[in-house]
Amino acid sequence: MATVNMMTSGFSPAMAVPQMHGMGFEGMDTEVSTGTTIMATEFDGGVIIGADSRTTTGAYIANRVTDKLTKVTDYIYCCRSGSAADTQAVADIVKYHNDFHRMEMGEQPLVKTVAHMFKQLCYDYRDQLTAGIIVAGWDKRNGGQVYSIPISGMLQKMPFCTGGSGSTYIYGFVDSQFKPKMTKEESLQFVSKAVSLAINRDGSSGGIIRLAAISKDGVERFTLTGDQLPKFYEDS
Amino acid sequence: MSSIGTGYDLSASQFSPDGRVFQVEYAQKAVENSGTAIGIRGKDGVVFGVEKLITSKLYEKGDNKRILNVDRHVGAAFAGLNADARHLVERARDEASSYRHSYGDPIPLRHLTERVAGYVHAHTLYSSVRPFGVSMILGSMEQDGPQMYLIDPSGVSWGYHGCAVGKAKQNAKTEIEKLKIKEIKGWFLGVAARPSRQPHIKVI
Repeated sequence: MATVNMMTSGFSPAMAVPQMHGMGFEGMDTEVSTGTTIMATEFDGGVIIGADSRTTTGAYIANRVTDKLTKVTDYIYCCRSGSAADTQAVADIVKYHNDFHRMEMGEQPLVKTVAHMFKQLCYDYRDQLTAGIIVAGWDKRNGGQVYSIPISGMLQKMPFCTGGSGSTYIYGFVDSQFKPKMTKEESLQFVSKAVSLAINRDGSSGGIIRLAAISKDGVERFTLTGDQLPKFYEDS
Repeated sequence: MSSIGTGYDLSASQFSPDGRVFQVEYAQKAVENSGTAIGIRGKDGVVFGVEKLITSKLYEKGDNKRILNVDRHVGAAFAGLNADARHLVERARDEASSYRHSYGDPIPLRHLTERVAGYVHAHTLYSSVRPFGVSMILGSMEQDGPQMYLIDPSGVSWGYHGCAVGKAKQNAKTEIEKLKIKEIKGWFLGVAARPSRQPHIKVI
């Protein structure tokens, strides 16, 4: 237990740092993580991605309006869960490699290619990273696609996918409600309902819901604030 | 040859006063002395054909092939020095496999050609190395259809519908130009381009 012992004679650098334990600042010395709900689904013509907006350090909410939907290219986004620092760094590195690759090839990269780059980093550094990432986007060759890269760096293409701590609470919902080839509007409803349900049950998810639709026309972004969240029996 | 004795032909890293690099031109000569290789890109694929001179009955069959695999979707045919070509094909294989490892997709031939041509070109810049005495034809079957490129000893590359290198390249080119290349399937083109015009294929 790192309490400051005032009886100790002399001054050590460690004493200059406020000690947090037992002083009401629990979590300030733990990792900043996005205990999260993230989700992506293919629809007819593109993909919908969605996420809650809570970033926590232990019990403390470090950011209640986080944007976990991170741009990689104009047509490809990733949803981040796990350590905020790790996933931001990985996304930055992939973006860097990808921008170079795009210049070299002279065309927009495939979603598969970007997903592969994420996987490569997540797998190679699996012992050092806490990162669960969903890569989703649109490309000319294969249309809208969703790729899931869970914590130790597996890569799997899926018609839809959820991630983060909140996802555990909504498997039943998504499995029963997902239909292939839904319209954009149906898919936006599907994702916002799922994330809203997860927020209700998961203490580490919360805030607002961020959504994005990616298709051949580019990216459309949406935000659902507290009063706009889909309501269910429990909330009434 | 006017270059001989001038002293400007001793190194790949030196220009002659009229702006030529003789070492590269000598490498091109090595290609012209070699048996002919042709490549034809049709609607549905690429066909390679090479002339192989068998200088002795004592050789094992099928050795020193001049058509080689680079990747699952890429093949190469060449004219010039066999040993140089094998090194170059090995390089192409490494590039293709490294691309697959990094991006999880087969390498586009346009990109592979750029990489290999860059490597060939690097060998025309330094006094410590000799240029490749090889012209290599690369062909591939991709999502967007068949592709074909030619790399020469200077490191320049061109995209082709039909090309020929080696001793009888002029005759071969004249013959290929007569074909309606863009309309016909690759396999028939390959057969039609044979000087004898007989559908007789023997693997040696």
